[in-house]
Amino acid sequence: MRILAFAEQRNNRFKKSSFETVKAARSVANDLGAECVVLVIGSGVEGIAPELGPYGATRVIVVDDPSLAQHSNTAFAAVIAGIANKENASIVFLPASQMGKDIAPRVAVKLNAGLAADCVTLKAENGDILATRPVYAGKALLDVKVKTPVKIFTLRPNVFTATASNGAATVEKASVTLTPKDFGSVVKEVKVASGRPDVTEADIIVSGGRGLKGPENFHLIEDLADVLGAGVGASRAVVDAGWRPHDEQVGQTGKTVSPTMYVACGISGAVQHLAGMSSSKYIVAINKDRDAPIFQVADYGIVGDVFEILPELTAQLKQALGK
Amino acid sequence: MKVAVCVNHVPDTETKIKVGSDGLSIDKTGVNYMLSPYDEVAVEEALRIKEKTKGEVTVVSLGGDAHKETLRKVLAMGVEKAVLLKDDAARDSYAVAYGLAQELKEMSPDVILFGKQSIDYDDAQVGTMVAEMLGLPSVAVVVKMEIRDDKTVLCEREIEGGHEMVETKLPAVFLAQKGLNEPRYPSLKGIMGAKTKPILEKPAPVAEVRVEAVAMRKPAAKGTGKILGTDKSAVPELVRLLHEEAKVI
Repeated sequence: MRILAFAEQRNNRFKKSSFETVKAARSVANDLGAECVVLVIGSGVEGIAPELGPYGATRVIVVDDPSLAQHSNTAFAAVIAGIANKENASIVFLPASQMGKDIAPRVAVKLNAGLAADCVTLKAENGDILATRPVYAGKALLDVKVKTPVKIFTLRPNVFTATASNGAATVEKASVTLTPKDFGSVVKEVKVASGRPDVTEADIIVSGGRGLKGPENFHLIEDLADVLGAGVGASRAVVDAGWRPHDEQVGQTGKTVSPTMYVACGISGAVQHLAGMSSSKYIVAINKDRDAPIFQVADYGIVGDVFEILPELTAQLKQALGK
Repeated sequence: MKVAVCVNHVPDTETKIKVGSDGLSIDKTGVNYMLSPYDEVAVEEALRIKEKTKGEVTVVSLGGDAHKETLRKVLAMGVEKAVLLKDDAARDSYAVAYGLAQELKEMSPDVILFGKQSIDYDDAQVGTMVAEMLGLPSVAVVVKMEIRDDKTVLCEREIEGGHEMVETKLPAVFLAQKGLNEPRYPSLKGIMGAKTKPILEKPAPVAEVRVEAVAMRKPAAKGTGKILGTDKSAVPELVRLLHEEAKVI
């Protein structure tokens, strides 16, 4: 049995979710007594492949071609399916990142495989994998088994651990023949947004809701976020009101997040918001209303005015962190 | 231009989910259903393309009779034709994609729109799988799209911490993200008119289920709900706990 893990890189740097995916693949491979092969796709990426060794990669295949410098879901899917076939892999892991989610469904069709998407736990048992994936934005968890001979799993970022240890990988180059049809859609340019981490990848998120009273007060959220190196999130109410951009929205119709710490400020905690953030490891809530549902999921709560609490918290953390 | 938009009928976002007696799916008692919010954005985009190109839009959904409620809403927004691929059984994303792809192959639209994901199973696979099954390009999580005269399309799609500008060519599949447009409310005239618009019913093409549900459960209860205080005098204790107990700073 062989597992193929796809390690995503952007600008020749691996994403944290790639290390998580490689490490999870190694762990499942050990449990199943399977081999584990890691695949890197891009242009000029051979040099970074050894960085995967400390996360459990022993053998890395690099498909390195100038035409693969930018993401193309069609081309990347063709490469992954091609290598999976060549390697006779029966299990394929990808991060459930925007890139992984864009590729995995195509790989599934190409390999005649079932795809369990956005998994948060993987249990190897009796030669098979039992995967758990959140449904209804995390209001419920569904255990699934993939029934096809080839099985694909995408792994939710920020859930699996990515601690480095000792380990080195051998790197080999491979190629897959691609035709113009394999470049049906191609990325022409990438625009990078604010310097803050995206909420789906952030270790800490500071999120604001209607309690902030207006878009002009969100600097209180941003100031705290910047002291913590955190991402900025928002409730649906404030996104719908046009105070904050859509890509900051946390909840069932926004992003589902699992940071180490989520700081909810002036957010009451509607069902759809709680669904999107309650898998955070630690939740801090600051809200005027003692009865707000957010306090039921919070580890630490302060019942109070965000305009009074936030500047004080920012100042004290700044001092504590020596910033 | 010929446009198809695929929609799903899902529990309202305010629904408190309870696990059903089968232990595999939710208890549907008392649950209100809605047009999946990202699909609503896709419908709006379909209508805008239709209006701009003097084209036509067909909405397609796969599921049981209950899906007619959502199809009526889409018809009320201004879509002319609806197709319901009937199947009451539970399907995985692959089986849904397979059924839709067979129907769409026959229709051969220039533009196929989906929401970026359906907010029930949050799989985010159906649209891209359909594209692969039909041999078409696709762009997911689209927040802007511009169809040019030569049928090339420039899209902006959301990724972590930024946007990708993606170029593709019709026919193609697009998965809509919130922010692409502001969906219209159905007019009273639209709602009345939708009642007489036909919904074409067909049996959904049969497909195997590849991902089997083994058990559904509620996540473990969260939080201790520890209230540290009611004003800023609680801040030092919060900082201490974050440092010593949670060890996040």
